Amino acid sequence: MAILVNEQSRVIIQGITGREGMVRAQLMKDYGTKVVAGVTPGRAGQDVYGVPVYDSVLQAWEKQGPLDVSVIFVPAALVKNAALEAIEAGIRLLVIVPDRVPIHDVLEIAARAAEKGARFVGPNTLGLVSPGKAVLGMIGGRAERAREWFKPGSIGVSSRSGGMTSAISYYLTKAGLGQSTIVHVGGDAVIGLSHPEVMALFEEDPDTRMAVMFGEIGTTQEERVADLVESGRFTKPLIAYIGGKAAKSGTRFSHAGAIVEGSRGSYETKVKRLREVGVHVVEAISDIPIRAKEVLGS
Amino acid sequence: MARLFEYQSKKLLKQGGIPVPAGDVAATPEEARRIAERIGKPVVIKIQVWVTGRAGIGGIQFAATPEEAEVKARQLLGMRVKNFVVDRVLVEEKLAIKAEYFVGLVIDDAAKKPLLIFSPAGGTGVEEIARLHPEKIARQTIDVLKGFPEYEARNMLIRVGVEGGILPKLADLLTKLYKVACSSDARSAEINPLVLTADDNIYAADCHLVVDDYAVFRHPEFGIEIAREFDRPPTELEKIAYRVEEKDYRGTFYFFQMVEQTAGSEKYIGFNGAGGGGSMMSMDAVLNRGFKLANYCDTSGNPPASKVYRAAKVILSQPGIMGYFASGSGVASQEQYHSARGLTKAFHEEKLDIPAVIRLGGNFEEKAIEILQAYLKDIPGVVEGYGRDDSPEFCARRLEELVAKNGGKRHKVRPMGETPVPEKAYIFETVTGRISFDHSKCPGCKTKGCVPACAPKVLKLEDGKPVLAITPEEARKGKCTECLACEIFCRFHEQDAIVIHLPIPGLKEYRERILAAKAET
Repeated sequence: MAILVNEQSRVIIQGITGREGMVRAQLMKDYGTKVVAGVTPGRAGQDVYGVPVYDSVLQAWEKQGPLDVSVIFVPAALVKNAALEAIEAGIRLLVIVPDRVPIHDVLEIAARAAEKGARFVGPNTLGLVSPGKAVLGMIGGRAERAREWFKPGSIGVSSRSGGMTSAISYYLTKAGLGQSTIVHVGGDAVIGLSHPEVMALFEEDPDTRMAVMFGEIGTTQEERVADLVESGRFTKPLIAYIGGKAAKSGTRFSHAGAIVEGSRGSYETKVKRLREVGVHVVEAISDIPIRAKEVLGS
Repeated sequence: MARLFEYQSKKLLKQGGIPVPAGDVAATPEEARRIAERIGKPVVIKIQVWVTGRAGIGGIQFAATPEEAEVKARQLLGMRVKNFVVDRVLVEEKLAIKAEYFVGLVIDDAAKKPLLIFSPAGGTGVEEIARLHPEKIARQTIDVLKGFPEYEARNMLIRVGVEGGILPKLADLLTKLYKVACSSDARSAEINPLVLTADDNIYAADCHLVVDDYAVFRHPEFGIEIAREFDRPPTELEKIAYRVEEKDYRGTFYFFQMVEQTAGSEKYIGFNGAGGGGSMMSMDAVLNRGFKLANYCDTSGNPPASKVYRAAKVILSQPGIMGYFASGSGVASQEQYHSARGLTKAFHEEKLDIPAVIRLGGNFEEKAIEILQAYLKDIPGVVEGYGRDDSPEFCARRLEELVAKNGGKRHKVRPMGETPVPEKAYIFETVTGRISFDHSKCPGCKTKGCVPACAPKVLKLEDGKPVLAITPEEARKGKCTECLACEIFCRFHEQDAIVIHLPIPGLKEYRERILAAKAET
């Protein structure tokens, strides 16, 4: 098992002929992801590393059969159009890699996705990997590196920082602890699948025995994970590491923001809330594998 | 998040059909007087800065006559508030206030929807009311596909007891505010207070909009200089850094100064992180060793070597730092030798004489560390390179030890030097710079190693001399990725015949000013 993606998932790449699209098409293919098509308007008939290119998602679907996932590598200003195209065509999982996607565009993508029953990871994500099965996006950079850093196993990893996603997973691997699925949820304020949504998927996945989460100051994601634990909707062991302890907390300047977030959002409140409900909060990245071994051993 | 000033926000409201008090913005006392004359009524004069509680610090003044308005404006202009110097005041008609409300729109990250908030009691106490009496606050999430119809706004208001003639007026205003927020790509839009006047009209008496950084490109009309979160105007150096970033979309370069001056006995360092989470972790590690950051900087997203070079040059334009710390997550997907080459070129030019600890874990970290070790061993400062198996805590400790060993010596900013380009040099343009080859030195070269060193393989040999294997146009458009490998190879292994010139507009003058100021004292 694993969540969101496995070796059976049929994947397309929107923006496959661009600089990033090409390089990451190679990563995904080399790793073993079933990349069945690419889309770049005006480039139908070409191929990238043996992946046929089509003019539209619909055309790719017609020629290649049902598609499960689209990984999007188009410039930020064009992301909304590409995402809506994929959702409309019937794709149920999008991975939106670019950063700097306008927030109102993300809101529209979220609304359309909800309407059609689709999900998305990102924007501003390195992607995700189910070790030994498939990688989506650019995580690991190159296939041989992704194989070396991430190993199959029973720990689910969810992180708001791309680099930390790889770092945590690598340190787990080094300690002999494999991962079920590794998700970089994305660094923006509004994202498709956030920590609580990923935790809910790990809860359902029989191969995931425990989870590790990297959180950051800002937004209410980590507090909402605590809510899940408290209400019994996430029951597996969870280790959390929260970045930004020393960061100067931003001056709150919007009353409306303060009304919505209340006392949530800061390092202290996140750690306190997670500890209250029994989450293992660690203070350094090197403590993650140590604690994970303790938790899995007990 | 790019903030708009009150007067800019009000202009947008007015265009969206929301009533604002009559008035205009003034940069001089005389202008303030003329605006007051036009209004022909008592006025209020408000400083235009991004701080709350302006009334409490005397930033809001009233004037009965145009003459008085001029006097008051003279007092306010030039006033220092936090890091701001007041350079504009808003002069508006004074309203006869009967009631104050609060209206705010934010993006709810959990719902992934805009959220509109209305409170029948406005003013600064609104957060307190929300906490103590949440039932008095109306909240409505908005379906962006459906929009925000008037009846939804009306029902929201009815829920908190709004009734009578004011109800349709407020409902209309809420729908208009939502439209303004969408059309201006606002992260948040707040009217506080929204005022009901004695003659039963409503006005947005104060308002501020925060524009989504990522959508600033759609709004040149806002004149936003730096589309990033600041609670003060950007510094000169931040502006220089931002211009680098603005012109080069390959990867990210974010630069932010934490202090105005690195004076006193504090142990300041230059900080060069990579990636948000990894930077935060690394920052925590150095701060735990008692260091203070002169700046925060993030070079990530697979930036070219040229961008990391410029970042290092900007960081090293801060006098007084005792060390240079570069560290990201430790397991970066990006190819780390680009960063290593960027740092190598910058540290060499600067003849760096403070210690640097560079943690470049990730793809090709062995090669990255090798570059640092091979080429930076002869500069005055000690440079140590580390990889993914060295923790940020360990690296922070190393920096502490090296700084102590260096006697706590502080960095001195040097004038920007420029290597002269020899006559008849072979030159081509790159995306952000220029490369020159002094072919007269090539006969002395045994290895011709610049050609195989070139990462994108854009060089070839012609009569034993390196030239472009592509058209100059292709090189300028990005086929030459500015990896700096040819220059570094030639400098350290061969004839030092290659010079890559990567200008940073404004930095030379900036450093000259620092040095001149220092010479004066």
